[in-house]
Amino acid sequence: MNTLFADSRPGRTGALPRRPELRAADMLPPSLLRKDRPRLPELSELDVVRHFTRLSQRNYSVDANCYPLGSCTMKYNPKFMEYVASLPGFTALHPLMAQLRGAGHYTQGALQILWEMERLLCEITGMAAFTLQPMAGAHGEFTGAMLIAAYHRDRGNKKNKILIPDSAHGTNPASATLAGFEVVNIPSRDGILDPDDLEAALDDTVAALMMTCPNTLGLFENRLPALVEKLRRVDALLYYDGANMNAILGKMRVGDAGFDVVHLNLHKTFGTPHGGGGPGAGPVGVSARLEPFLPVSRVARQQDGSFCLDYDHPKSIGYIAPFYGNFAVVLKAYAYILRLGREGLRRASEYAVLNANYLRKRLETILDMPCQRLCMHEFVASAPQGLRALDIAKAMLDGQVHAPTVYFPLIVPECLMFEPTETESKQTLDALAELLDEIVRRGQASPDDLAHAPYHTPVRRLDETLAARSMVLTEDMA
Amino acid sequence: MPYIPHTEEETRAMLDCVGVRTLDDLFADIAPSMRPQHFDVPKGQSEMEVCARLEALAARNHTNVVSFLGAGFYDHHIPRAVDALTGRGEFFTAYTPYQPEVSQGTLQAIFEFQTAICRLLDMECANASVYDGGSALFEAGMMAIRVTKRRRLVVDEAVNPIWRTMLASYTRNLQLELVTVPHRNGVSDQAALKAALGSGAGGECAAVIVQNPNFFGVIDDYTDLFAHARGQGALGIISVYPVMQSVLKTPGDMGADIAVADGQALGMPLSFGGPYLGLMTCTKALIRQMPGRIVGRTSDVDGRPGYVLTLQAREQHIRRAKATSNICSNQALCALRSLVHLSLLGPEGLTRSAELGMNSARYAAERLCALPGVSTLNDAPFGNEVALKLPVDAYGLADALTRQGYVPGFPVGRYYSGMDNVLLVACTEKHSREHIGMLAELMGAALRAQTTKGGLL
Repeated sequence: MNTLFADSRPGRTGALPRRPELRAADMLPPSLLRKDRPRLPELSELDVVRHFTRLSQRNYSVDANCYPLGSCTMKYNPKFMEYVASLPGFTALHPLMAQLRGAGHYTQGALQILWEMERLLCEITGMAAFTLQPMAGAHGEFTGAMLIAAYHRDRGNKKNKILIPDSAHGTNPASATLAGFEVVNIPSRDGILDPDDLEAALDDTVAALMMTCPNTLGLFENRLPALVEKLRRVDALLYYDGANMNAILGKMRVGDAGFDVVHLNLHKTFGTPHGGGGPGAGPVGVSARLEPFLPVSRVARQQDGSFCLDYDHPKSIGYIAPFYGNFAVVLKAYAYILRLGREGLRRASEYAVLNANYLRKRLETILDMPCQRLCMHEFVASAPQGLRALDIAKAMLDGQVHAPTVYFPLIVPECLMFEPTETESKQTLDALAELLDEIVRRGQASPDDLAHAPYHTPVRRLDETLAARSMVLTEDMA
Repeated sequence: MPYIPHTEEETRAMLDCVGVRTLDDLFADIAPSMRPQHFDVPKGQSEMEVCARLEALAARNHTNVVSFLGAGFYDHHIPRAVDALTGRGEFFTAYTPYQPEVSQGTLQAIFEFQTAICRLLDMECANASVYDGGSALFEAGMMAIRVTKRRRLVVDEAVNPIWRTMLASYTRNLQLELVTVPHRNGVSDQAALKAALGSGAGGECAAVIVQNPNFFGVIDDYTDLFAHARGQGALGIISVYPVMQSVLKTPGDMGADIAVADGQALGMPLSFGGPYLGLMTCTKALIRQMPGRIVGRTSDVDGRPGYVLTLQAREQHIRRAKATSNICSNQALCALRSLVHLSLLGPEGLTRSAELGMNSARYAAERLCALPGVSTLNDAPFGNEVALKLPVDAYGLADALTRQGYVPGFPVGRYYSGMDNVLLVACTEKHSREHIGMLAELMGAALRAQTTKGGLL
């Protein structure tokens, strides 16, 4: 398909504002002006509409088909949330309106949503306080690691290490490093962190342990109380990576379980769309002892019931976002939580776990299962002897189903990681199992056939080595 | 239950297949002692009820005002086609394009976005975007630190203070030195910036960071400064306002190594602070130090052109603790919005958008400076935003006029001590001469009221 730039015709215009009275050259000296016009595409509105409509048709989406992508929680994104976020009372609100003196008055609706959302997330997770500023999951991890650093600095602790299990998401070690910590990997056994392995790695220099629970194998860390106890002994904190929160809503509150910091991915658990890779939101919750370090500004409720921004937190780590986080994303998740309520949230986790276990059972005779036990909201499988996970994944694309996550976690060979989510029906899961059965049979009959899949997608397998070597990153680098 | 399709019979059949009796039996691994003592989230509500509640909350925000607030975040007209196209579920309910065969829509759009942003900023390479202008500035600083293996960043105080505060929080644990060079009456002090970079052999600065137009709306040329930085082995980093970039001398032309921006003005509604997106561009020489996702063109096994995420060896899911950054998501949907926005406006449309704001800012400066005691903060060239010195406290004035439905601008004293009388007034194509005339009248009346009360005049 042509690019916008290839279709551009000099002189053609789309959405042209009125003609200005003075042009730039009338208002600024030549030395401050650009030499030539930016070479942006010149298209009619219909050209633009057709281009992007056609591009959209070359995408896979939850709206079109099942997306069992492990660790990503690709659940259905209810449409009313988009309506809510498009209300002019929100979209037209300048963030600095809340910072004019006395103008808390002008943004009461928005501040109330932030305040209530913080409290809803506290109740859901059992944490003492939340910040909604972090703009993505990894950004929440980074914020959490900075909070851990601030806590230890404040107590005069000399701690420079964060422990991370080998099954963790790659963002965990990268975020800890960015907050100045040295990362120490610890192994998991049969997918579960062993208190003895933790003990072996534990000393006075350990600031925290970062955990994903259920872990990336889809297993619940059932030795949690023992881990918490060991960490407390050396004043080390426990961080909860909320990527897999969709498994435990209403079943466990991480605050009650002894976690000190948690980040949530609103775009996973709380139904906001992924947008092809963002924007998301990664609010961070903390236990009471970490609350003084949360980012400013915070939202406070005054005695008369009105809401205001509160900057008076001398131990705060400062600003993490320009304002109050990805407000429109937070707003959608807030609407989602109100819509589902406590019963709906609990049901979401129950059916997410039911769907994962049902699919796991359906696939038991088709794929290899490294963990023969109940899973949480997702599970890992290995490609059967002689087949590659990648080939199975690519063949699924021909079958109109998105591939699962492949080759992650790194500790499972030829790994396929499935997370169906609660919004998929039994019929969809049955069809998925039948598709995989057919693919595996096909692969066993002719591995070469699978190795060349997909055949019917908009493009077929792409040469990634060529992309990295030739480095054509813009139209002008061709 | 909302959004759960299972019938009772299906639930029963699935539980039987799994071999458990009840839904709660699936959670046997969570010991009774770890179950929640309470879970007091309110009861669920119908879609109609939730919408009504949110409509009521939206109505409590005063958005029915004429606002001259900017300070890095601008209220531009967004063509309706932007919402219509980016609101397609095929775009916004897709995941990160890790399976390129079924993600060519997102991938080609990012490739086109990278091209458009490079052309606008006149730079060689762009990534698929980061969270916002502040995180882009931080990531740019970190690139310079990795490239030069030095630990000092020189930052112009006239860089948006909101982003500078983020830079300070983000670098707190990294043993870096931030040297802030004071502005002079709203104008960047290039001589002082050069001096902070040092001279002669043995430079210690990783980069100098400036903004154009700067926070006070002042337009400058940083070509000499970047040449000086290069002489000291430091990089030149510039943050720009992408709409104004359609007319201003480009970062590429000035010799910047890294150019960043907040892309909000390219089709993102203000939405009380986000989501926005951070634009990041650099020279080709620095591409392997660029954080975040990057899309490249390649071909498929049948020789058809296609797009993939590339140079992934920089990223956290491969390099873990040694990655260029922890960043995982980009702001893909926001990047798409900005691309659609730029495509609809085209070069002439974007230029007009910038020029209309500049025309209005000039008219506003003329009208407001005709009021007694009001003057521009300095005589430097400005774009669509101008800093005015008032005879009264800008906070108080802003508050008084906001009550009358006119937000006259941003009181700079919020971020700069000793500048309580300075008001930053921003205009876009949305402001008419009538709006500005009304602002002048209201401000005149407010100033007169202050004077009769024995104010500062």
